[in-house]
Amino acid sequence: MEFKRTLVTTAAIAVLSSGLQAQELRIGLQDDADVLDPDQSRTFVGRIVYTSLCDKLVDITPDLDIVPQLATDWSWSDDETQLTMTLREGVVFHDGTAFDAQAVADNIDRSLTLDESRRKSEIGSVTGTEVVDDLTIRIDLSQPDATLMAQLADRPGMMLSPTATAEMGADFGSNPVCSGPFSFVERVQQDRIELKRFADYWNADEIHFDTVVFLPIPDTTVRLANLRAGDLDMLERLSATDVASAQDDPDLTVMDVVALGYQGITMNVGNGEGAEDNPFAEDARLRRALHLSIDRGAINEVVFNGAFEPGNQHVAPSSQWYDERFPVPKRDIEAARALLAEAGYPDGVDITIQVANNPVQTQVMEVVQSMASEAGINISIQAKEFASMLQDQSAGAYQGSQVGWSGRVDPDGNLHPFVHCDGGINDSGFCDPQVDEYLDAARASNEFDVRKENYDAAREILNEELPLIYLYHPSWIWAMDARIEGFVAYPDGMIRLEGMRATD
Amino acid sequence: MLSFIGRRVLIAIPTIFVISVFVFMLQKLLPGDPVLALAGEDRDPETLAALRELYRLDDPLVVQYAHWAGNALRGDLGISLRTNQPVTELMLAKLPVTFQLAVMALIFAVGIGIPMGILSAVRKGTWLDYIANFTALSGLSIPNFWLGILLILLVSVNLGWLPASGYRAFSVDPVRSIETMLMPAFVLGTALAATLMRHTRSAMLTVLKSDYVRTARAKGLRERVVILKHALRNALVPVVTVSALLFGELLAGAVLTEQIFSIPGFGKLVVDAVFNRDYAVVQGIVLVTSIGFICMNILADTLYIVLNPRLRYTP
Repeated sequence: MEFKRTLVTTAAIAVLSSGLQAQELRIGLQDDADVLDPDQSRTFVGRIVYTSLCDKLVDITPDLDIVPQLATDWSWSDDETQLTMTLREGVVFHDGTAFDAQAVADNIDRSLTLDESRRKSEIGSVTGTEVVDDLTIRIDLSQPDATLMAQLADRPGMMLSPTATAEMGADFGSNPVCSGPFSFVERVQQDRIELKRFADYWNADEIHFDTVVFLPIPDTTVRLANLRAGDLDMLERLSATDVASAQDDPDLTVMDVVALGYQGITMNVGNGEGAEDNPFAEDARLRRALHLSIDRGAINEVVFNGAFEPGNQHVAPSSQWYDERFPVPKRDIEAARALLAEAGYPDGVDITIQVANNPVQTQVMEVVQSMASEAGINISIQAKEFASMLQDQSAGAYQGSQVGWSGRVDPDGNLHPFVHCDGGINDSGFCDPQVDEYLDAARASNEFDVRKENYDAAREILNEELPLIYLYHPSWIWAMDARIEGFVAYPDGMIRLEGMRATD
Repeated sequence: MLSFIGRRVLIAIPTIFVISVFVFMLQKLLPGDPVLALAGEDRDPETLAALRELYRLDDPLVVQYAHWAGNALRGDLGISLRTNQPVTELMLAKLPVTFQLAVMALIFAVGIGIPMGILSAVRKGTWLDYIANFTALSGLSIPNFWLGILLILLVSVNLGWLPASGYRAFSVDPVRSIETMLMPAFVLGTALAATLMRHTRSAMLTVLKSDYVRTARAKGLRERVVILKHALRNALVPVVTVSALLFGELLAGAVLTEQIFSIPGFGKLVVDAVFNRDYAVVQGIVLVTSIGFICMNILADTLYIVLNPRLRYTP
């Protein structure tokens, strides 16, 4: 009897205490999210919120393989223009609406047709959908598109409740209704986004928090101070220079992974006025000289305490898409000087490179400046406010622009828009029909080997022409309370709460 | 009296018009295309063109202005380009937060600045005066953001006394609300306290030399009564004026302070809006703040007349 009572009491205490510990997870974000509608939004932090709020048709593994989420299985037609997906059974949206093939059709239609949709170009190859049965959907493409699966693992693949989208229209973001592990509670602009556990989630056993609160705290020092003070449980984008001190703190855990993106210098080779009277636009040898004058390892050590990965291609050296034939070059001042002389500038040459006016990027540029000067390349740094810099870059009013790209799961997203003649973000103005051919071929195949061969062929040209001089690949760095377990670092920078829990 | 106020309000109308044109044009002169900021990384030409059309950014400036001003007259300040929320709604949500911060900061400023000013005037030339002056100068010179970060590290991280962030509205959780506001209000308040201290000190010095204070002393009143009851009352008149003017500084200071302490007020709203070229929000905030200032000015002018009847007959 006595034993039984003790047992009951212990169990009760255990339940109570575990309940208390596991209740709330407060995550500090670097920015405030924009509108909470996956079809309209554009911010990185918005995607972090969606990861808890909106399930997607498919997801990625940390190695970037595509795995089932709301679609359990899929197959391509022989000509690779039809994708047939089998959907998960028994899934409901937060408002109780059932998830089925019609819901998928509605969602894809919304991404393609909503006036405010920013997803149109991402799934531009989709021509329509066909509901085969309740749990089978066919997606039709105008041409084979290898990037589609990766897109469906991101915002275009997020499934919103058709009941809610029909009712709210473009105003869906004020009360988003999806089918993810957490449902929307409230949002206070610039302050907090609060979600609560969704009891009917198909994978509810893996979810161990009752509420998740996202708090935007832009200053990295302050964000870390909040974590140390116990006002946050976790934060994203710990500053590289704070890694050492956070690692020394026994109450904190630091985790990182090389991100999908890169930072580099976009060289204006054919975009507007910036390409005129610009020796660097006219002669690839000068771009190669700049490329060779840079010690990428030193940038990483000096500015980022070694937390990032030096790079020279659109994907990081650790990626399966990296072309091993062109490793990160060692700094070679002699070769750079020789190239300058060959191009007719034995006494040096001038270039202006713009950079966003934040301390870190300015510092990167200063390191590059001093390295390049030893090779006879005199860089004037033009620090600009980010929006202005982007405008000048887009309009071609620049010679060189030090800028980054957050990266995409599919390598196409890191290369095609920037160097294809018709690329949507080809600010460099680079255009080479041969490169276009390789990139289009890589996009049109779902075979890894075929794609890799084409990317490598393009890289061979790009490595000579250098419309973009890559510098490094940043890492996503998270810091969290040491009591938090089960976090897995994904190169897309998202925080997946499945399997995460707070222990004592 | 009524005609005076009426005249003031009439003069304010063209002022507001000029401000509204100015605000509108200033925004357009800013480098940085809002559509580029809006599109983010999805900035291919098609998306940009669609966005331009959606937000009518291709219309001639005059048409854009007329559209905006017409709606503004009806109380509709437009939709935030970034979050799709009505600007009026956004501002109404932020106003109480910054108001709370301003009031608490003013309490700190008055609570520290005026006693310090009195002390240093009464004890002029002593070490107390020097310390007060030194403190005031420090308060003026130390940047808000730096003091803010230091306070977070000391009070929240090392001592664990106050939360570093996590503001809740006063109506939801008053204790938490005040807790999270204490540090930002202190940071904001100390800078103003310095100004107040300097003004109080000089006003007190002037008053303390005046005849009626000498008379009061000669009557045998205790020094305490002379200073607090006789001298301070008169010295406070210019100080009150300064305090009203400081309100503008409070709003400006709130921009940085809110950023550091993650207080979701006006300041954070405007900073985010400027960086994202969220025209509608910036225009709305500047317009409403300007109107607020004009109202405060009218109020101050009216108060002078109430306080000092001699001004009534000067136009």
